[in-house]
Amino acid sequence: MIISSALWLYSLPICETYLGPRTPVGQIMRYVAIRFGQAILLLLGISFFAFAFVAVSPGDFFQEMRLNPQISQNTVSRFRTQYGMDQPFLIRYGRWLKSVGHGDLGYSLAYGSPVVPLLLVRARNTLFLTGTAMFLAWLSALSLGVCCAEWSEGWLDRVCLLATSILLVFPELLLGLCFLALAVRTGWFRTGGMVSPGFEDLSPWNQAKDLAAHLFVPALVLSLGSLPVLFRHVRTAMLEVLDSPSIRAARGHGISRHRILFRHALPVALNPIVSLFGLSLASLLSISLLTEVIMSWPGLGPLLLEAVLSRDVYVVIGATMLSALFLVMGSAAADLLLYASDSRIHPEG
Amino acid sequence: MKRVSLMVMSLIFLAVIHLSVFFAGFFSPYDYAAQDRELPYCPPTSIHWVNKEGRPLWHPFVYRWVERAGGQRYQEDQRTPYSIHALTRGAKYTVGGMVTWDRHLFGVDPPARVFLMGSDGYGRDLFSRLLFGGQISLFAGLVATLFTLTFGVILGILAGFYGGWPDAIIMRCVELFLALPWLYLLLALRGLLPLHTSPAQAFLLFIIVIGLVGWARPARLIRGVVLSAKERKHLLAARSFGASDLYLVRCHILPEIRGLLLTQAALLIPQYVLAEVTLSFLGLGVGEPVPSWGGILATLQQYHVLISKWWMFSPGLILIPVILSYGVLSNSLQENRSQVGRWIE
Repeated sequence: MIISSALWLYSLPICETYLGPRTPVGQIMRYVAIRFGQAILLLLGISFFAFAFVAVSPGDFFQEMRLNPQISQNTVSRFRTQYGMDQPFLIRYGRWLKSVGHGDLGYSLAYGSPVVPLLLVRARNTLFLTGTAMFLAWLSALSLGVCCAEWSEGWLDRVCLLATSILLVFPELLLGLCFLALAVRTGWFRTGGMVSPGFEDLSPWNQAKDLAAHLFVPALVLSLGSLPVLFRHVRTAMLEVLDSPSIRAARGHGISRHRILFRHALPVALNPIVSLFGLSLASLLSISLLTEVIMSWPGLGPLLLEAVLSRDVYVVIGATMLSALFLVMGSAAADLLLYASDSRIHPEG
Repeated sequence: MKRVSLMVMSLIFLAVIHLSVFFAGFFSPYDYAAQDRELPYCPPTSIHWVNKEGRPLWHPFVYRWVERAGGQRYQEDQRTPYSIHALTRGAKYTVGGMVTWDRHLFGVDPPARVFLMGSDGYGRDLFSRLLFGGQISLFAGLVATLFTLTFGVILGILAGFYGGWPDAIIMRCVELFLALPWLYLLLALRGLLPLHTSPAQAFLLFIIVIGLVGWARPARLIRGVVLSAKERKHLLAARSFGASDLYLVRCHILPEIRGLLLTQAALLIPQYVLAEVTLSFLGLGVGEPVPSWGGILATLQQYHVLISKWWMFSPGLILIPVILSYGVLSNSLQENRSQVGRWIE
């Protein structure tokens, strides 16, 4: 931990000296390189930290096995030797780093396969869910936010403010459970998993329909969970801009409302919205854990939970690293987006 | 004015709920682990004032639930009313780990049972479990916030006051921790620690894990305030009179960050309560039979409970006013910080 943070600390000035001139493109390249280096050091830090934790905490995957009277003590210890769990901690960490070099991220004891293929399938499912949810949330937040700012204090504005206030105090857990209860009770939507049994035999059109039916409730819950914050930011930013002299002048010139809202006001209000968008981009892999568990969506969340409960440590470490990596990359992408959308801002080294 | 009265209202609500949770043994009619296997998933008992002939009895009473022939449905046995007594003797309980007593605020005579919020799958009174569960969930939030803020204050002051290499190292660590998805980190840390633990250990583990994960944001905020406070004239003057670092921190820096700390606490407590509820919902909190709000909600993962036993949602519903009150509190703290500051003085 200390080693990695010290490395990180020293990486900054080194990067600064060796990375190109301060031209706009050069600056971006520099920025990307620094962020990349930071991400790698971050991942190293996490994995080292996690291994140290595992080394000091009692119990492992085979401990559950030891309670089973049908499995002898010898078998358990042979298993442990076979998987190299009796080795000292630094050797295990070194071996794990080697497996990272092979692109495996270690070996899942519960699934009996390398971790990376497991993670990739689950991450794809998670991204499918969160991508849809974020799309829905942003679509409704942008349209509602712009409309509510334009007709502020109107009935739509009041209704939306009230609804978002209610959503804001509604815990995600309760929201998920309520929607699940509704879906199970009425039977309008499919629940549990991502596809129905016998999915492979369906025609492509029916496959898409089946997927959409399963996707609807979790995506709705997720987007409702993140809608209030997005909506309020969009509304506040737009209100501020719509009040400015330039927009009032534009109104005085008789430019149509539609054009004022979407061609003049929205681009100016975009700055805080873009950084918020970056944040939601960064959290794509990590926000849906609870919803996935409630809805039994086969994403990264249930995998991590199962791994935690069975102490399948490499999967735990891999899933955490993957979501952390996504967060770091997402926030870097957010900064670049901000840089692209507003030429007054420059990336800092 | 309106803000202040809202704030007072939420403060009163929070005081009431924390007190009733603290004295859970007194307010709850039963022990949290007392089972009645005859009455699993019993709906809330209705409290009557008027008996079935339409004559008022002048005191509240309940009827006994009996199982209807076939199936899990219950009906009231309306032959004998059981009156609700105040301050009855019942199961022994301790308050705050010190005083042992056996009086309960209310209760009914044995064959009948008063389930204000129904019962769970083992026939345990949900109202009692809710109160005792609040002891875990609410106080975990409070203690974890205290721990996080202490951690954050120490590191933030260290970074802001001394600058140089401590500052650089602490701020790098802050960036590291802010970059991590906190729920994943929480789960991962919890997963790397032993699974089967006693309730007290689980409680302690939760607080330590939260403290490890959560100190970064308050530390950064506090560092910012300390950095600006460090350059104030009166502080420089005090330093030139030879005041020690400890004195400066205690008398000049700590008062500056007090408002920030209060606001942060009002923001963090509901987050941590939710974190505890989430963790025990996922089966990583305190174990059975000790209740916690998340643990009660976890039974809703069975579909038959989810769709027909609506009273099992009550721990989730009680979270809403708690979150709301803390939200109102943090909002009003942020808006009239100067006014609140005057109250504290």
